[in-house]
Amino acid sequence: MALLEATGISKRYGGIVALDDVSVQIETGEAVGLVGPNGAGKTTLFDCLNGVRHFDAGEIYFRSRRIDHLPVFERARLGIGRTFQRLELFAGMSAREHLMVAERVHRADGRLWKDMIGRAKARAPVARVEELLVELGLDAVADDPIESLSQGHGRLVELGRALVQEPQLLLLDEPSSGLDTREALSFSEVLVEVRARRRTAMVLVEHDLDFVRRVVERTYVLDFGRMIASGGVDEVMAEPVVRRAYLGEAT
Amino acid sequence: MTQFLSYAIPGLPYGCVFALMAVGLVLTYQTSGVFNLAYGAQAYASALIFYVCVNAGWPNWAGFLTAVVVVAPLLGLAMDRFLYRFIRSAPVLVKLVSALGMLIAIPSALQLIFGNEARLAPPSLWLAPGSVYFHLAGDAINGTELSTVIVTLAVVLLASLMSHFTQIGLRMRAMAESPRMVQLAGINSERVGVAIWVLSSFLAGLAGVLLAPLFAELQALNFTDLLVAAIAAAALGSLTSLPLAFWGGIGLGVVQELLGGYLPSGSVLSSGLRPALPFVVLIGLLLALPGLRERWFHDDPLAGCDPPPPPMAATIGGHGLEELLRGGGWLVLATFFVSCVTWVPSNWTFTLTQGIAYSIIFLSIVLLTGMSGQISLCQATFAGIGAFTCAQLATHFGLSVFVGIVAGGAVAAALGAVVAMPALRLGGLALALATLAFGLLADNVGFQFSWSGNGESGVNVPRPQLGSIEFTSGKAFFVLAFILLIICSAVVLAIRQGTTGRELAAMRGSELAAASIGTNLAKLKVTVFAVAAALAGVGGALYGSLQGTVSPDDFNSLLSLVFMVVVVTTGVYTVQGAIQAGMAYVILYQLLDYLPSQWRNLFPILFGLGAITYALHPEGVVEWQKRRVVEVVVSWRKHPETVG
Repeated sequence: MALLEATGISKRYGGIVALDDVSVQIETGEAVGLVGPNGAGKTTLFDCLNGVRHFDAGEIYFRSRRIDHLPVFERARLGIGRTFQRLELFAGMSAREHLMVAERVHRADGRLWKDMIGRAKARAPVARVEELLVELGLDAVADDPIESLSQGHGRLVELGRALVQEPQLLLLDEPSSGLDTREALSFSEVLVEVRARRRTAMVLVEHDLDFVRRVVERTYVLDFGRMIASGGVDEVMAEPVVRRAYLGEAT
Repeated sequence: MTQFLSYAIPGLPYGCVFALMAVGLVLTYQTSGVFNLAYGAQAYASALIFYVCVNAGWPNWAGFLTAVVVVAPLLGLAMDRFLYRFIRSAPVLVKLVSALGMLIAIPSALQLIFGNEARLAPPSLWLAPGSVYFHLAGDAINGTELSTVIVTLAVVLLASLMSHFTQIGLRMRAMAESPRMVQLAGINSERVGVAIWVLSSFLAGLAGVLLAPLFAELQALNFTDLLVAAIAAAALGSLTSLPLAFWGGIGLGVVQELLGGYLPSGSVLSSGLRPALPFVVLIGLLLALPGLRERWFHDDPLAGCDPPPPPMAATIGGHGLEELLRGGGWLVLATFFVSCVTWVPSNWTFTLTQGIAYSIIFLSIVLLTGMSGQISLCQATFAGIGAFTCAQLATHFGLSVFVGIVAGGAVAAALGAVVAMPALRLGGLALALATLAFGLLADNVGFQFSWSGNGESGVNVPRPQLGSIEFTSGKAFFVLAFILLIICSAVVLAIRQGTTGRELAAMRGSELAAASIGTNLAKLKVTVFAVAAALAGVGGALYGSLQGTVSPDDFNSLLSLVFMVVVVTTGVYTVQGAIQAGMAYVILYQLLDYLPSQWRNLFPILFGLGAITYALHPEGVVEWQKRRVVEVVVSWRKHPETVG
């Protein structure tokens, strides 16, 4: 069985069909793109996979376990990490603290009574966090308030926060949005490196096709909630049905 | 049928007032994105000014023109222009706290200006209140009721004619649908927004003047209840539909009177449940209507088309400063302790011991709001639960007061967890409203039984005794209270330092992201609500034992709002902030005691105004000043030449 198997996912908002019988399969360690025009249902699919939204029909298996009814945090603990299209950072915390809190949660020793007797030393430096900060190139800004960091650094902090969890599957929602060409290039390099080192499977929602090409092996194409194609990035983009979705019908 | 009608008809005037308020609330919420909690205070303002005018011998129409046509819109407009306009895109906590500041400050400001004597028998707007005009289904319809219904119908008719047949009415309806689209259509939305605030404030003023004569005395608290009833009615229309809000208001008023008729008279159910109906309805609706819940979770009508709210202003900080403040704090606390046991006169020791009890209650707000970003408007209720538990156990079961204090904390914690469980599904505004409704429910029903708060007469709480040591003297009790404060502060500090504290901070930053890294938000929220309720309960029990007797009035819901505003002003992020709040609260009260009685209103005004600076100083304006002063002094010592 694949690492993640979602079959027949459907979701409507009132009269709008956001996802119509969508199925995806992600193998362990694989990087897959998820492209499509605006409003195709890409973020909705992410939300269904990680549990932020409930869907109307379909099943999701992760590591051979059915997860559709699990809340977000349990899916996260099983190994689904996620970043957000609109940055979701913890105001008032530094980059290091973002990684630290994720590390604490991952270790799952956050019992109230342990805090009470002072057993949990939440602020002691953790080697894994320090290594990750260096790996992502965040060590120089690790203690700056998060509000003062650039969008590019913010994306890296989100990535780091997800990676501390040692996820087996990483859902990346438009990582290049808000980044300039240079920042996007270096971010894609970071992703490739991260994958080479950890064999983390990735699903990438992205509009920048060059970015997608650099990171993934194959891609899915969504349009109006339907999966219209899948395969290698260039083959898929050459398919008439995909060109129609992006460029409209020639009359 | 006749009986049904005879019960239902007296509900119509109440229903009309609820309906007017509900419509006004929905109007401004839909168009400006600010949920105007101060709306009840606006209604009170007009009612009070009308009362003052008529009592000064003015004719009713002149009073009406002044109070409802001139002052009410001006007040609303001032609030929009000077406050709400600037916080439209702010996080929901900022909007709530700012509106709360106004809700607290406005009635007190009015009482400061016009005096705070009891105002009995508020005048009726139009027809003679005493005379009966006709009988309907056996009900004698008096002038107050008749004029309320007629005026409401006339105003609603006029307003709907205006909204359908005039240019500005059309634009207002468009604004209520989508403010952004109105701007895109090339309309000056600010101007339409002003018109909406004027209309909405006029409705509030009208509702206030109409409601006042339905009660024997003009009291600010009645208007907070009115506000909650209006919110419940607005919730019936999912906060979006004006007609549903209107009919919801009418229905609420009628059902309330029907309950009064059919429930057995004289029981707590009829005396308590009838006035509490709007709160019950509101809690029910918040939990039952998924649309409403979702809407409030994503918190404001403009979200989705507006950019995300800017982050809160950063606090003045830095490692050195934090260390210095911590050290200084301990030093001040030690000096305070030594002073109180040595030279401070006994009446001030009593006051300061009260301050300690309040500090413990305020720690719960620091934990909930400052550290976790949750807003609860019923912390005084939890303090009351602690106090009454302790009192009942000590007086009726002869248990030691120490056991009572611990049990008070435990019972409050249990109820806190029970309140939190449904609240998990709510966020931001909905949570605030649900807790407010819970507090009002406790005021009206829960605390009225002889086994709980025993209504008006209250319950006695003895002083504790430990072996041969009796804590009857002021100093001995002070020492005990001080030790409790240290323990409670240590609990909050331990949570802050530990993993739970980090998770709470993450939740405050972004619930979505906190869940996505594996934080169990449900468990975290129940835990933090329970611990906070326990702190409030312990503080309340201590307060009770100090006072010797406590009644539900010591812990009413208005106090919950005041507590919130006080802590937000003095420092909501830190344990020091809670202690500053507790001390400021009692010392200021004591000082104002030396002034003429109406000057005591200065107190809520100061803190109310402090709260509206929350957007600028989320750490508390007093805390901010303190940090600034310390920073200036320190940098001056380091670099004497840089300060000119």
